[in-house]
Amino acid sequence: MPAPSARPSSRSSRRAPELRFGDRWTFDPAPETADPKLKPRYDLFINGRFTAPKSGRYFETINPADERKLAEIALAGAADVDAAYAAARRAFPAWSRLPGAERGKYLFRIARLLQDRAREFAVAETLNGGKPIKESRDFDVPMTAAHFFYHAGWADKLEYVAPGARVAPLGVVGQVIPWNFPLLMLAWKLGPALAAGNTVVLKPAETTSITCLKFAEILQEAGLPPGVVNFVAGAGETGAAVVAHPSADKIAFTGSTEVGKAILRSLAGTEKKLTLELGGKAANLILDDAPLDQAVEGIVNGIFFNQGHVCCAGSRLLVQESVAEEVLARLRRRIATLRVGDPMDKNTDIGAINSRAQLKRITALVASGVREGATLHQPACVLPEKGFYFRPSVFSDVTMSHRIAREEIFGPVLSVLTFRTIDEAVEKANNTAYGLSAGVWTGKGSRILKLSAELKAGVVWANTYNKFDPASPFGGYKESGFGREGGRHGLLDYVRVG
Amino acid sequence: MVVNAQPAALRRLIDEVGNVDQVGVEERVAKYATRSIKKTAKVWGLRTAVSMVDLTTLEGKDTPGKVASLCAKARRPHDTGDIPAVAAVCVYPSMVRHARRALGEGSGVRIASVATAFPSGQAPLRTRLAEVRAAVEEGADEIDMVINRGAFLAGELGRVQDEISAVVEACGPAALKVILEVSELEAYDSIRAASFLALRVIREGDFIKTSTGKTGLNATLGNNQVMLEAIRDHYLATGVAAGMKPAGGIRTAKQALQFLIAVKETLGDAWLDNTRYRFGASALLNDLVRQLEKERTGAYQAPFYFSEAAESY
Repeated sequence: MPAPSARPSSRSSRRAPELRFGDRWTFDPAPETADPKLKPRYDLFINGRFTAPKSGRYFETINPADERKLAEIALAGAADVDAAYAAARRAFPAWSRLPGAERGKYLFRIARLLQDRAREFAVAETLNGGKPIKESRDFDVPMTAAHFFYHAGWADKLEYVAPGARVAPLGVVGQVIPWNFPLLMLAWKLGPALAAGNTVVLKPAETTSITCLKFAEILQEAGLPPGVVNFVAGAGETGAAVVAHPSADKIAFTGSTEVGKAILRSLAGTEKKLTLELGGKAANLILDDAPLDQAVEGIVNGIFFNQGHVCCAGSRLLVQESVAEEVLARLRRRIATLRVGDPMDKNTDIGAINSRAQLKRITALVASGVREGATLHQPACVLPEKGFYFRPSVFSDVTMSHRIAREEIFGPVLSVLTFRTIDEAVEKANNTAYGLSAGVWTGKGSRILKLSAELKAGVVWANTYNKFDPASPFGGYKESGFGREGGRHGLLDYVRVG
Repeated sequence: MVVNAQPAALRRLIDEVGNVDQVGVEERVAKYATRSIKKTAKVWGLRTAVSMVDLTTLEGKDTPGKVASLCAKARRPHDTGDIPAVAAVCVYPSMVRHARRALGEGSGVRIASVATAFPSGQAPLRTRLAEVRAAVEEGADEIDMVINRGAFLAGELGRVQDEISAVVEACGPAALKVILEVSELEAYDSIRAASFLALRVIREGDFIKTSTGKTGLNATLGNNQVMLEAIRDHYLATGVAAGMKPAGGIRTAKQALQFLIAVKETLGDAWLDNTRYRFGASALLNDLVRQLEKERTGAYQAPFYFSEAAESY
């Protein structure tokens, strides 16, 4: 691929026209000021009550935007996980026998209570996770509520989940969720589990426990019977205890492929059902007849949404050679206008990286890209001094064998590759261990239909990217996991059909 | 959009200049509305917007007296505060000499005149060109022309472009604004194609403009975006910087700031200036002034404190 920098015209030596995105109109800070109502210390939520950990141990949780401590979180040990499972087991008979319409009422109430406290939860989500407030306000919190509303509607219609068959809840479900969408992942897990009549033990991610434990306040307010939902916080050890507990009838995990494989091995030979939603390295295909400006917008949305901490992020851009230079030039101009910085500012487009560990991983992978010969483009934006930040990054001259083209970076880093024919595009897109999502940009409907059939990915977006809906099943192929979340398919993974 | 309804010539032009996805454009511009502009940035934006207004009256009932009062408002939009003059007044050709008399020379406010059988454009070309020359002779600094939409929709793109070229010539020293009348072009693809037809024959400092204000749908963030992107692509390819003028339907300061954010994020600093961006509006001016007074004094003033000199589109 030719060098992507703004090339001087080949006909004359005068400087090529370029746009200037400078400081002619700088925006004043526009911080969101709602009170997140944080407590200095959060206990575990077991049997409907906030409960101190049996070990008495707590760990700190920080704001990744400035590295300041936000609260102490109770660390659940094996005994606490045991207590949580016991509570869930006790709650199961009554909860599963409750008429579906009654379970639905609880879910409706939970969704409405979250809407009532939307700003408070959005601020808490941003404080603890680092994502821009405009995303937690406009995406995470409303989408979380939408998932509860959607599954509330299913609770009394379960006979239509598998027409012609009878369905029954599985029992007690152990769930482990990641740090990239703390509230939304909680909703993806709780919604179908509760609608179907299961009871739950859920572990939030170590770095983002606050909104999960705040959510317990909503469950209390909604009057959810004790033990139906239990939250145990902690790191890998707690997660292992949740997964390994003999009382679990099903395990649902969203997170890294590495941990997913370990869980799969540990559950071999048990009766437990399992669904895994793991990593991805999605191909986003730009064909020569694509609407280019909208495609660039989709590329930006695909890779820089939530700092690229998205398992379905469009991290491998595959561009048809005839438009590659043009797309890259437009993309570089577009990222010059992205606003990186304080996540609490309403104008921030890219916030803080979730943790120091993740920042290190991103930095290392980007260094490997440079070392292996890819060309790195970053805008010259000023980053805050404290906190974990990474510039939006685009790599050109990437080949399929580069680490940055194969490994999931889980950060705001895009690898750009090119292709000549559509068959080559399909081959490159599918040449990955993952298969969670893909994107196709073209003006032609026939190409969309062909590619959506040939791309081995659970979701294929056409002329858009990162669109979600509670009614649409989400999940992967190959090392991206199995099982679906959302829609009728998602519910099927939480019931016994017979 | 029904692709088959497009004439072959238009389809070829769209293939050449690139297509536009409606859903994507509208999603993009929705993000401008989520920007939060506060304090000094807000004041800068409001003042800049005032300086970009083409204060307009285009009515059958316009009189020399109405135009004189419009000119006074244009020079001094409000009697307190430090509010800049607007960019231009925009009137019918018969009112140009009255505007010239009211403004005199050296007021800093330019005189724009719609011409070419505004708003329909349905007059013989020689009549339209004569109208342009007359308006320039009477003292117009800028001419707002309408394109021949009938010819455009019939696929006679060469004719549309030749007519624009002829008007450029007739303008002489006056700047030209080419009104595409976007609501009659139906699809974003056509708006982009029509933008290029105009951009390829106008001069540095000329403008493309959304609408006459005389049809149902006028300037929107969506068609503004499509035209800004056409200007950008043409500039990057040729070095010729054209201006942009959304007109009609922009009534509030909040809307104006959203249009300016689109300019800032699409064309950058050089277009945040009234030599390259204008608002065709009248009611907008008083809302901008009212918001500026609110920023200055900390309180909203009642509407009757602001002189009404420009109730038109």
